Amino acid sequence: MSNKEKTQVEDIDRSLYDFRFEDDDSYKVSEGLTEDIVLQISEEKGDPDWMREFRLRSLELYNRISVPKWGPSIDGLDMDNIVTYVRPNTERMHTSWEDVPDDIKTTFDRLGIPEAERKSLAGVGAQYDSEVVYHNVREEVAAQGVVYTDIESALHGEYADMIREHFMKLVPPTDHKFAALHGAVWSGGSFVYVPKGVRLEIPLQSYFRLNAKGAGQFEHTLIIVEEDAYLHFIEGCSAPKYNVANLHAGCVELFIGDRATLRYSTIENWSKNMYNLNTKRALVGEDAKIEWVSGSFGSHVSYLYPMSVLNGRGARSEFTGVTFAGEGQDLDTGTKVVHNAPDTSSYVNTRSISKSGGINTFRSAVVIGADAHGAKSAVSCESLMVDDISRSDTIPAMDVRCADADVGHEAKIGRISDDTVFYLMSRGLSEEDAKALIVRGFADNVSKELPLEYAVEMNNLISLEMKGSIG
Amino acid sequence: MSELLKIEGLKAKVEDTEILNGIDLTVGSGEVHVIMGPNGAGKSTLGSCIIGDPRYVKTGGHIIFKGEDITDAPTDKIAKMGIFLSFQNPIEVPGITLANFIRTALELKTGERIRMWDFRKSLEATMKLLGMDTSYADRDLNVGFSGGEKKKAEILQLLMLRPDLAILDETDSGLDVDAVHIVSKGVEEYKKQVGGALLIITHSTRILEALHVDKTHVLVDGRIIDHGDAGLVDEINDNGFERFINCENCKNDDCEVNKKLNDAK
Repeated sequence: MSNKEKTQVEDIDRSLYDFRFEDDDSYKVSEGLTEDIVLQISEEKGDPDWMREFRLRSLELYNRISVPKWGPSIDGLDMDNIVTYVRPNTERMHTSWEDVPDDIKTTFDRLGIPEAERKSLAGVGAQYDSEVVYHNVREEVAAQGVVYTDIESALHGEYADMIREHFMKLVPPTDHKFAALHGAVWSGGSFVYVPKGVRLEIPLQSYFRLNAKGAGQFEHTLIIVEEDAYLHFIEGCSAPKYNVANLHAGCVELFIGDRATLRYSTIENWSKNMYNLNTKRALVGEDAKIEWVSGSFGSHVSYLYPMSVLNGRGARSEFTGVTFAGEGQDLDTGTKVVHNAPDTSSYVNTRSISKSGGINTFRSAVVIGADAHGAKSAVSCESLMVDDISRSDTIPAMDVRCADADVGHEAKIGRISDDTVFYLMSRGLSEEDAKALIVRGFADNVSKELPLEYAVEMNNLISLEMKGSIG
Repeated sequence: MSELLKIEGLKAKVEDTEILNGIDLTVGSGEVHVIMGPNGAGKSTLGSCIIGDPRYVKTGGHIIFKGEDITDAPTDKIAKMGIFLSFQNPIEVPGITLANFIRTALELKTGERIRMWDFRKSLEATMKLLGMDTSYADRDLNVGFSGGEKKKAEILQLLMLRPDLAILDETDSGLDVDAVHIVSKGVEEYKKQVGGALLIITHSTRILEALHVDKTHVLVDGRIIDHGDAGLVDEINDNGFERFINCENCKNDDCEVNKKLNDAK
């Protein structure tokens, strides 16, 4: 690696993610957030009128709503220092990998994105800083009527009305301060539409890369899966490490039609100066299902609680997650499920690992509405602390308004036992290898849910995180 | 036969209790040694000390293996040098399958990647030899295994990892007759295939039936107070440890065992 690609901060070797390119972007808005900036973004993107107004309304809300006080501190985040919009040095979106500019291409090549596409994906989108630089979907998939494109293109094309009908309806800008921020400055992201009855057996993938220093990423993901359809969507996120704080306030809205299934997998490895304030929500129809699979390794502070709204009779939600908090990380994660209809069910299964002083907080909220007769919910969370200086908290909340619901919560907090480490060492494993194997085993319920390459990546991440954990 | 393991004046304690009070023991390559003794004599402690269990603090003496002093070596290094301890109560490890664990250990030992197909073939053949259902390969290590299956899993690891010295710590305890038979068949197989040395810690003799024993040592109160050949095993089998235990308090200076005890002090 050449000098300019090296990290500025001494840390464990995560060089796979830490390389970066100097941002020589031709266009950057000035730091801080004003009406002028929002209008500038809107003009640059050629927003329709309604979208421009939506942005301004969101900005107003952003200025009115206060910063959340109930979670990890975000004092390190100075909004006046966040460059909200950075467009990479490339014209519009490309559909041929060859046309993507070299440094961006090298970035994604190193992360294995086009390679992954060649191997096992139906389509790939790649976002670099604020803009989508590459989108491609296989012909046979497109022929089935599946749409996978960047959201800006969709705003002007034949799906414009569909976007307008759904955009930030599930996560309104009134939701919280960072949803309002997102509404004001959102840029890039994906639009996926799977028509009635189409079952996509191979996954679609989207990869987000935040390269510029002190920037924010505000991509919007809007997925509509119609009745009886099936989709597996994978998103991966990473960023190199800088000394200044970066911000990710994305928004994911998932609409799942009756009897349809959407599996939404995320492997997130933001750099450890990232404030990850992401909002994800799914609206689930009759006998339909949302399956969340989530692996969170990166970021300095995370507030992440994918939410399922079970609106149709028999709707189901499954949440499988693993969170790994190392030194200097305060990860507040969990999930929320709202049971709004009879016979709905939710199943939550999470693992969190903390080491070297990392803090994990698991929050879950289960709401069983008055009409949700026969609803079932089971929440299970397990935490593993690798040493004595790390921390793990569990904060479950249940709001049950219906007499015939079945709700359960189970929490376990443990440490790696010396006896187990000794037993593995007696077969020739080093202390580090033994602990990494134990942690990988602990996270196994998530890695086995992932496609093979991602499971391998996650195992590599765990090994990487466990390196040097032996004091 | 060349000297494989040499223990000189080994003393060890756990917390504040002295358990080993000066052990001397030499095991040659390929030899079979048996350590017998009553409960609480320090037999298991000896095995744990050799493998470097951090719960025991060595307060004196040396352990030499293949000419290298391993008294204070870390457990993984000792294991990699070729010592294997079959545990009395193997730990349950959720999330790691038996097959994955053995493969990881084997790859670390040889420093080479092992082809999945070859590994599976040899693992399953060995499991069959031990009368283990091959489905155990994909179950989490020892989790929910019966006592007998746990011991078989230890012998399976022994046969797969092929160490130069195997220490069996009460591998036969708590097993029914059939299980003891299978375990001793596995140990015999290890002798046959690997030709390694064995240090068998036991207070019964059932596991020894099919093996040629080179030496027997009697361990009482943290000291080896008598040596013998296979005949000593039979004697203990008939008479128990009575005469060794009572020596400690008897005043008969003519007693040979008592003399040894006094010398040791």
